[in-house]
Amino acid sequence: MVEEEISRRYPEGKMRCPVHLSSGQESIPAAFALSIKKDDFAVSTHRGHAHYLSKGGNLNAMIAEIYGKSTGCSKGKGGSMHLIDRNVNFMGTSAIVGNSIPVGVGLALSIKLKDTDQISCIFLGDGAVEEGVFYESVNFAAVRKLPVIFICENNLYSVYSPLSVRQPKGRSIAKMVEGMGIEMSIGNDSDILSNQKLMEKAVSNVRSGDGPHFLEFPTYRWREHCGHNFDNDIGYRSQEEFLEWQAKDPLSLLEKKLSKDSIDLSKKLLSIKESIDSEVLAAFEFAEASPFPDQLEAYEGVYAEEETQ
Amino acid sequence: MSQKTYTKAINEALHEAMQLDSSVICYGLGVTDPKAIFGTTANLENKFGAERVFDMPTSENAMTGVAIGAALNGIKSVMTHQRLDFFLLAMDQIVNGAAKWHYMYGGQSSIPITIRLIIGRGWGQGPTHSQNLQAWFAHIPGLKVVMPTSPEDAKGMLLASIFDPNPVIFLEHRWLHNTLGEVPEGDIRVPLGKAKIVKVGTDITLVTMSYMTIETLHAANYLEEKGIMCEVIDLRTIKPLDWNTIMNSVTKTGRLLALDSGFTTGSVSGEVVARVAMEKFSILKSAPSRLAMPDVPEPTSPALTKGFYVRAANIAEKVMNMFGRNTSDVKKDLPEPSPHDVPGEWFKGPF
Repeated sequence: MVEEEISRRYPEGKMRCPVHLSSGQESIPAAFALSIKKDDFAVSTHRGHAHYLSKGGNLNAMIAEIYGKSTGCSKGKGGSMHLIDRNVNFMGTSAIVGNSIPVGVGLALSIKLKDTDQISCIFLGDGAVEEGVFYESVNFAAVRKLPVIFICENNLYSVYSPLSVRQPKGRSIAKMVEGMGIEMSIGNDSDILSNQKLMEKAVSNVRSGDGPHFLEFPTYRWREHCGHNFDNDIGYRSQEEFLEWQAKDPLSLLEKKLSKDSIDLSKKLLSIKESIDSEVLAAFEFAEASPFPDQLEAYEGVYAEEETQ
Repeated sequence: MSQKTYTKAINEALHEAMQLDSSVICYGLGVTDPKAIFGTTANLENKFGAERVFDMPTSENAMTGVAIGAALNGIKSVMTHQRLDFFLLAMDQIVNGAAKWHYMYGGQSSIPITIRLIIGRGWGQGPTHSQNLQAWFAHIPGLKVVMPTSPEDAKGMLLASIFDPNPVIFLEHRWLHNTLGEVPEGDIRVPLGKAKIVKVGTDITLVTMSYMTIETLHAANYLEEKGIMCEVIDLRTIKPLDWNTIMNSVTKTGRLLALDSGFTTGSVSGEVVARVAMEKFSILKSAPSRLAMPDVPEPTSPALTKGFYVRAANIAEKVMNMFGRNTSDVKKDLPEPSPHDVPGEWFKGPF
């Protein structure tokens, strides 16, 4: 709902930074939100809005950040691709594919050094699996048996490049990673409840000291790679494929099922949606009303004056 | 005070830092092996345990990201590479990540990591074991770049780097590792961002760094015999650079020669010349100049490195030219040592 509101307003030209929307991929962070604790760490990617929110990140601060306002979560210096909320241990996202993966592994190392029962969660896409740093990071996590969970959202495309030109046909990402010596599970493309169980089990195994776990979820991005439009007409994927994925969207299916099961639930869903709607609208109002940072702030904060944790 | 080597000074700084602060960890390929990075990491694992001192996979990029992640949860990593050149595999993490983290997230997270990089020279180190890339790192906002010359500065500046809340690139020239100097005991911190006047003079300012400081001092002593009093400034920190010390000295001497151990184009010496020319043009008595390494990879064969490095003789000649003096005796007075490709008898290779 957040992403769709961004889409509606993006053409106004007030959100002057690239946005990589999570529409279509929300069921994975939704399952994630129910499986982890507030003090667990998470890092994510350029397509990180849903991850940030699923960790409990502040919605107002995220929208304000996309608007480049001083009340933004990175004070206007990061934009949509650099989200952070240290209150909920959401530690950062990165515009560079694969860049946040070793950072998540480093957080896991720090957990081990400090001997707490936290875990570190790393969101990544199928494209990041092609980066060298992914293998380096998985390898180190495996060697040191670190409390880290890799959550791979396989949406089939790296920008416009399909998996077929990037990875060998028939090779499963998760099975390949299993060959590197860590546990893995493969999620479902349409059933959010079974995905949530998978996520909870993986989280519990990692937390109890079983070492790293790799989760792969098949999913589909509805809108263009970067921006607010649909782009099924430009020639890299088909409308049929899009409709096929839309028809099995885990959130819509769950909504349908719950509405059919009971009128009460149906009413409850409606009221939840209304309340989210007003929360989203309030966030946009907050962002629009917030001041821009002072121009001179561009030159501040290159170096830290003191340690900030 | 007893004389200690540069490597011993580094080792003392690491012991001191790990003793002072249990959040300091130390890792890198070979950190715990029998050679202990030329002795610089000796006995760390014995004293502080395998959790805090460890060898690592050959994964320079990811292990730099690991340092960033650990820093986000309060761990101060000291990561070591036996040659700077290997660290080029980690440019994404250091440039896109560590350097920008504090700025990019609105000042909410500091990244206190120290990357020790050792620069090789001679004994056939060749094109990919000898690069002095201080200018590259200095180009990136958010990084600090430190390049100490003396053993005392090596210890004091490594301690200051480890406890600095920012990512610091700490450059050790291999030819300095066996140099001797007085090194105080304990937690001696030498502030980053302050250059040191290592020889006071009135006629010309020589700005230099790291191993090039040794050659510059040889040249300055020779020039003193010839009646030219050089003021030698050891930069010590490349970024942030101590412009005050340079400008004050040039104001006094009216002349500048900037020395550099890196390639000429885009070098730190070029930056020094540019800034001095812009700010002190009206008081300069002659055109500012520089001497850096040629824009050529360092070759491997000892036959090819003959006459290749900027040495005391080249510096002395350059200065004498600036004063319109005859330089015909300089090469004879300051001959290239034989063998020319080692810092001293102690250096027997292989690296």
